[in-house]
Amino acid sequence: MSARDRILGRLYASQPHDDFAAPNPAAWFASQARHEASNERLERFVRTMEAGRTEIHRVNNGNWAQKLHEVLSAKGCGNLLLAPGTAHGQRAGEALASTGIACLAYDRPINEWKAELFNDVHASLTGARGAIAETGTLILWPDEHEPRLMSLVPPIHIVLLDATTLHATFFDAMQSEHWAAGLPTNALLISSPSKTADIQQTLAYGAHGPKELVVLLLENAQ
Amino acid sequence: MSQQPLHFMPTTGFRERSKAVVDNEFLQKSFRSAMDFLMTKRAAQFPDAGELDGLRTLGEQIRQNSLAKLPDLLVQLEAKLIANGIHVHWAETPDEANRIILDICQKHGAKTMVKGKSMVSEEIEFNHAAEAVGVEAIETDMGEYILQLAGEKPSHIIMPAIHKTKQQIAKLFEEKLPGVAYTEDVDALIQIGRNILRQKFLEADIGMSGVNFAVAETGTLCLVENEGNGRLSTTTPKVHVAITGIEKVVEKLEHVPPLYSLLTRSATGQAITTYFNMISGPRKPHEKDGPDEVHLVLLDNGRTQPYADEQLRKTLQCIRCGACMNHCPVYTHIGGHAYGTTYPGPIGEIISPHLMGLEATATLPSASSLCGACGEVCPVRIPIPDLLIRLRSEVAAKPDPESPLVGHGAGYSRLVSGIWQGWAMVYRSPFLYRTVTWLGSRFSWLMPSKQGPWTSVRVALKPAPKRLRDMLKERG
Repeated sequence: MSARDRILGRLYASQPHDDFAAPNPAAWFASQARHEASNERLERFVRTMEAGRTEIHRVNNGNWAQKLHEVLSAKGCGNLLLAPGTAHGQRAGEALASTGIACLAYDRPINEWKAELFNDVHASLTGARGAIAETGTLILWPDEHEPRLMSLVPPIHIVLLDATTLHATFFDAMQSEHWAAGLPTNALLISSPSKTADIQQTLAYGAHGPKELVVLLLENAQ
Repeated sequence: MSQQPLHFMPTTGFRERSKAVVDNEFLQKSFRSAMDFLMTKRAAQFPDAGELDGLRTLGEQIRQNSLAKLPDLLVQLEAKLIANGIHVHWAETPDEANRIILDICQKHGAKTMVKGKSMVSEEIEFNHAAEAVGVEAIETDMGEYILQLAGEKPSHIIMPAIHKTKQQIAKLFEEKLPGVAYTEDVDALIQIGRNILRQKFLEADIGMSGVNFAVAETGTLCLVENEGNGRLSTTTPKVHVAITGIEKVVEKLEHVPPLYSLLTRSATGQAITTYFNMISGPRKPHEKDGPDEVHLVLLDNGRTQPYADEQLRKTLQCIRCGACMNHCPVYTHIGGHAYGTTYPGPIGEIISPHLMGLEATATLPSASSLCGACGEVCPVRIPIPDLLIRLRSEVAAKPDPESPLVGHGAGYSRLVSGIWQGWAMVYRSPFLYRTVTWLGSRFSWLMPSKQGPWTSVRVALKPAPKRLRDMLKERG
C-alpha cells in the first residue's frame, strides 16, 4: 500500500457524514455590495492603490505613450522591457523610438538571458487584465508576450490599465470572467510595489520585486 | 551556510525557556510592542463588527466544507493537478517528504535551492535533510534569511524574526556577510538582503514553496506574500516543488476570496498582500518563463489523527494567520521559541500534540490562561480554548492503549489522580465531608508550610479554625 492509499484510507474511514451548512460566497458578497457609480468606484480604486504607494497617472488613448516617456525620463530609465507582440507594446516602442530610451523585448526563453534580465533591465511595461477597487489591486495573466518575470524582476514596473476593466471585488472578477472554467498557468494579483516589514515591523519597499509600481490609468479608451 | 543543525526541542524545558524570556526586560518590552502593533493593525481592518462576524462564519463554513469532503477533494485535486501537468506526491512522515523532495533535487542534479517561506518545510526540518546530502537550501523571505544567517528558528509563523531588533540584525549582517558595514537603516538592510538573494535566484536550480490554498476545482496552488521572493522561487528555477499539509485544500475557486481576505486582515492587518500568486501548471511550450516541472507534496504527519475526532477535527480549519498568537497573553510574555515547536502560541498548543504526540507536548495545552482571546479572534472560529481543555484531559487521563491519540495519558500521575478521586469521594458523601472538614479545622497546624509551586509566590494554604457550618450554627 502506498502512502497515498494509507492517508486516504484513514481519511475515508473517519470522514464525517453529518450535514454542514454549505458555504455561499455569492450571497455574502451580494450582501456586502456597494451601490456606487462607476466613477466613484474608479476614484476608490485610485485612492486605495495610491495609499499602497503605487504611482498613478490618469491618461487617455492619445497621450499615454507620451506620459510613459515622461515617467521613464523622470526616473532616469535608460531602457524599457516591453512586448512588441501586443498593441500597447508596439505603440510604446514607436513612441520611444527616437528618445534615447532603448526598447528591449522578452523574445527568448528566460534561460537564454536570465542574467541580463536581472542585471540590466531598468523598467518594464505590461498590460493588465483588470483591476479590483476594494483592495486597489491589478490583475495580470502573464502569457507568451508578457511572461511572468516581466512584472517581477525589473526595479520599476509600469502597467497600462483600461479603466473599464475595473471590478468591485476579487470575487466579482473571478465570477464575471468565469475563471473557474480555465485559469492560465499563472494568474497574479498585484497591489503595491514589493515590500516587507520583517525587520522590527518597519515597512520597507523594494524587497525582492519592483521597488516602484506605476499605473497608467487609461480613461475613455475608445 | 554551514551551521549546527537546529532541531525543535522537546517540550521538556518549557518552564526554563519561558522563565528566561519573562526575566528579560528587553524582550518583554519588544514582544509587547510588536503584539500591540499587530493587534491594532488587525482591529483597524475590521471596523464593522457585523462584517467581521459574517465573514468569519463564511470562513468557518468554507473550511468545514473542505474537511467534510477532504478525501474526495484530495482525490479531485490530485486528478486536476495531474491534468494540468503538475506532479503529485504523498508523504505520511517528514522523512518521506524530505526523501521525495531530495529525490527530485537529485534527478535534476540540483545543488542550490531557493525557498519561499513555508512553515511545513520547517515542520519537516527540510534544510537539515538537504544539507546532509549536499543541497544548499537558501531561505529567501527576509525574516527567514535573517534567521538562517543567525542559525535560529522562526518564533512566529507570519513574522519569523519578530524577536530580533534591527541592531541585532545590523550586527549579524556585519559579521556574516563579507564586505557589509554596520547599518541600522532598515531600508539599507533590506537592500543588502535583496542584492545577495538576487544572485541566488539567478543561480538556483530548484525552488521550493508552501501553499496557502490548494483549489480542488481548478488544480491551482495559491501563494500569499509581500516580498516577491515567493514568486521568484516558484518562477525562476527550472523546477518548483510545493509542499503543504493535506488540510489546505478548498473545494472551489470561489472559496478563495473570503479566506484570503480573512487571512491577510487577521495576520498583519493588511487589506491585501502585495502578491497573490495562483499557479495552475508548469511552463507551456510557447511560454518563455516559469518552471518546466511543478511538484506538489501532500503531507500528513499526524493530521489524520485529529481528523478522526469530531471535536479535534476543528484544529484543521486553521488558515495559519497567527492572530491567535498575536492576541495571546502567554505568547506575548514568553515568545515563540519557548514552546519548542514549529507552530507556537495557541494554534501550536492544539496542533503540535498531533504532529509530535502528546508525550513530547504534554505541557503545551496548559500553557494558556484560557482567557479566550484566541478563540475570539480566530477568523475561522476554531474553538481553541475548548480544544485546550480537551487536550489537557487527554494528557492527564489514565493511559489507555486503545486511545487513538498518540501519547494519550502522558501526563498521568497516580498521586494527582488519587487526590482527585479522594476529593470526589468526600464530596459525594455528607458524612465523609463533615468528618474531613472537621478534621481539617482541628488539625490545620499539620499543614506543611511549603506547598510546592503554590508557596513560591503565595502564603501557605491553611484550613480556617471554624468551618462555615460551625459559624452558621453559632449565629443560630
